[in-house]
Amino acid sequence: MTIEGLLGRKLGTVQVFDDRGRLRGATAVEVGPCYVTDLRTPEKHGYTAVQIGYEESRRLNKPETGHLRPAGGHKLRHLAEFRLVGAGEYKLGDELGADLFEVGKKVDVTATSKGRGFQGGVRRHGFKGGPRTHGQSDRHRAPGSIGSGTTPGRVLKGTRMAGHMGAVRTTVRNLEVVARNDDRGVIFVAGSVPGPDGGLVRVRTARKVAR
Amino acid sequence: MSYELDALIPNQPVKENVPDFGSGDTVRVHAKVVEGDKERIQVFEGVVIRKRRKGLVSNFTVRKLASGVGVERTFPLNSPRVDKIEVMRRGKVRRKNLYYLRGLTGKAARIKEKRSF
Repeated sequence: MTIEGLLGRKLGTVQVFDDRGRLRGATAVEVGPCYVTDLRTPEKHGYTAVQIGYEESRRLNKPETGHLRPAGGHKLRHLAEFRLVGAGEYKLGDELGADLFEVGKKVDVTATSKGRGFQGGVRRHGFKGGPRTHGQSDRHRAPGSIGSGTTPGRVLKGTRMAGHMGAVRTTVRNLEVVARNDDRGVIFVAGSVPGPDGGLVRVRTARKVAR
Repeated sequence: MSYELDALIPNQPVKENVPDFGSGDTVRVHAKVVEGDKERIQVFEGVVIRKRRKGLVSNFTVRKLASGVGVERTFPLNSPRVDKIEVMRRGKVRRKNLYYLRGLTGKAARIKEKRSF
């Protein structure tokens, strides 16, 4: 029936008065315009989905340009596939925009979170650190024990330690669409969205809606 | 500072007919209060001790003494729940945020009236 999501960009955070007059923190997300660039069919690919492209670019190579030619020749930088809810009614080159997302409905937003670099256990995993007083020195942000002694004689795999944090694909579920600007193709979702302002995001209708 | 994103939000106009007021002024704020499904207007009168100018999300804090207890309420300037703002008295003050009023009562907490010529 309808495609379940689109690509877009996070514009930044704002505050929005809702219908009850309360101020709510929200994130402005530009969604689309996206163009249908390819159709996945059970006969050819074994499943049904729509491939869409987003954002014009002049720096496409010849294979990319060739792939986009049947869809009207838009030079699109980002491609993504979305499943269809119900039967497909899309043609190559169809334009899709923010009107897919209704105000009041919930969406899931996926993006790459901001990179935090190499972080210690306190920031990365919420460790408590050591005592600040009682004669402690250099233990304030230490991770503590990382395992037993002679048995098993090694550190278990997956033990939480310091390391690289962020810059990971992250999904925030069930964000409410609180406003929409059709002229500019921008939706406003209550809450925060992963990644920096200007980052590429993937917005789809919420998959797990509480009843 | 830029309010470009605020301008994109539909049906969220920055109020235009707001009287000019600032810190030190005494104002009456007519605030809509929602109780259940009923709505009524509540008036809050006091001294403005802070006003933040941030476009759509501007707000201001009003302080008054209610039965001997200091009460402060912060209103979003552009909220649909703020019905009307009346300026009762202009105060002459030398700072932007009047937090020093919190430690003062009675005579010491008075603010001189601003005389415009």
